[in-house]
Amino acid sequence: MNFLPIFKKEIRSYFTSLIAYIVLTVFLIISGYLYYSDLAAFVVWGGESLTQGLWQFLLHDIRLILLLTIPLLTMRLFAEEKKLGTIELLVTYPLRDIEILAGKYLACLCVFILMLFLTLLYPFVLALFHTVEPEPLCAGYLGLFLLGAAFISCGIFVSSLTENQIVAALVSSGFIFFFWLIDWNESVASPQLAQVLHHISFFEHFYNFARGVIDTKDIVFFILFSFFFLFLTLRSLESRRWKGLK
Amino acid sequence: MIEVERLTKYYGTVRGIEDVSFKVEKGEIVGFLGPNGSGKTTTMRILTCVFPQTEGKATVAGLDVLKKSLEVKKKIGYLPENVPLYPDMRVDAYLNFVAEAKGVEKRKRKSTIAEVTEQCGIKEVAHRLIGNLSKGFRQRVGIAQALIHNPEVLILDEPTIGLDPKQTIEMRELIKGLKGERTIILSTHILPEVSVTCERVIIIHEGRIIAVDKPENLVNRLQKSSRTYLKIRGPSPKVMERLKVIPGILDVERKEVFPGDTYGYIVDAKKDVYLGDHLFPLILENNWKLWEMKTVSMSLEDIFIHLVTEEDRGA
Repeated sequence: MNFLPIFKKEIRSYFTSLIAYIVLTVFLIISGYLYYSDLAAFVVWGGESLTQGLWQFLLHDIRLILLLTIPLLTMRLFAEEKKLGTIELLVTYPLRDIEILAGKYLACLCVFILMLFLTLLYPFVLALFHTVEPEPLCAGYLGLFLLGAAFISCGIFVSSLTENQIVAALVSSGFIFFFWLIDWNESVASPQLAQVLHHISFFEHFYNFARGVIDTKDIVFFILFSFFFLFLTLRSLESRRWKGLK
Repeated sequence: MIEVERLTKYYGTVRGIEDVSFKVEKGEIVGFLGPNGSGKTTTMRILTCVFPQTEGKATVAGLDVLKKSLEVKKKIGYLPENVPLYPDMRVDAYLNFVAEAKGVEKRKRKSTIAEVTEQCGIKEVAHRLIGNLSKGFRQRVGIAQALIHNPEVLILDEPTIGLDPKQTIEMRELIKGLKGERTIILSTHILPEVSVTCERVIIIHEGRIIAVDKPENLVNRLQKSSRTYLKIRGPSPKVMERLKVIPGILDVERKEVFPGDTYGYIVDAKKDVYLGDHLFPLILENNWKLWEMKTVSMSLEDIFIHLVTEEDRGA
């Protein structure tokens, strides 16, 4: 699979167009501030187990920032190519659609991994003056990674539908948000429906990871979710075959 | 090299092209001539595998564009009409990306890029951002990206559109220089363009091919008479009368009136008649004054009108 050319181009573009730096900066400032607030709250009020409770707080906070920042990383992936018209050239190169998609997806995933990697600083700092149990933290980060991967595949799909980056960002944010809240109306949904909604909600599946629990059911959910949207993206790219460009 | 058979493309219910068939031999430069929206780009996009045809068959080097699209893409270099490039990339980085995407081997990549950069005259801008380049340079970068995998077929959609006259001439020279073993198809809506660069012209109108020929043959075939504009000072009725009786003259028409008994005329003559032989003695004899004399050549519009009316009559 020859996804490397696109992958390298996208990585380069993230860092030459400054978007990666901007998203990273905003992400780190907000997550740093939230980490500080969470830590301060635990120190001042004491109470629960610091190592478990604190991470649970922090992971849920980071999750929220991802909701806002990941669509900013994915919005340009296809929308920009369509707007510039470069997609027309790209599809005349000897690359398969799946290679183009894989290059873009993995590039975005790498920037996201860098974002997560930088937040590892927080537990390391804490470890200097308090014991940190690594296992629940690892589970939490695995959860964040899977969650982000799902966000990205959703964002990339929306980006493949429009040539307007703002629309792409807004719609993917809304989409992800919706999957978040989908089981919040338990009281009005019938028990059967509530069950179903429960299973497709991000919130539920991420909750286990944040508590330090790795359940294959949750892993499978996120992987399936990602693949489903990548599959839709591929269909969307192929649609030019039957409806003409644009 | 390129064979197109009864190609048809509909966008929903809108017709792009219909029943287009032509052949291009190896090493030929062929011009697609037609007004905007006539189906030039549609045909090119089908050949470059951007989207498939609705009906018909197209092959490049014997490979079907539908079934063997990946191989076809390796043989074709394409320059789309508005030269879509990434504005935030540097020229050399961009060409490196294209070379990689088109599967140019790693050890050859550097030398290939250097070669193409030289050939297209973009060496001096190699380190600049594409977004900051002038239209002329962007067009050259577009050609460079099309050339980078040394394709057998080059398809250029309106390669000179939006360039200033000097750049246009340079671009034509560049395209001619690319020929060699290559087969080139270029589209344009400017007639002189084809007569300068192309060996054969395919005229396309409203999605149908209405003529395929060498440029000079087309002009000969369509221009049944030679047309001259004359501006003469002298009494108009008499001038008209005397002009009409010159052997070989088919028609004289008064076109314009100028102050001081001066008139402009359009004279149609048989193709092999040299008007001056009879005209100059006539003017001297009558003591008129010849102020202007020029050949009115057939414009693209005329050719189209000719061809389209011919077509309608035929149908």
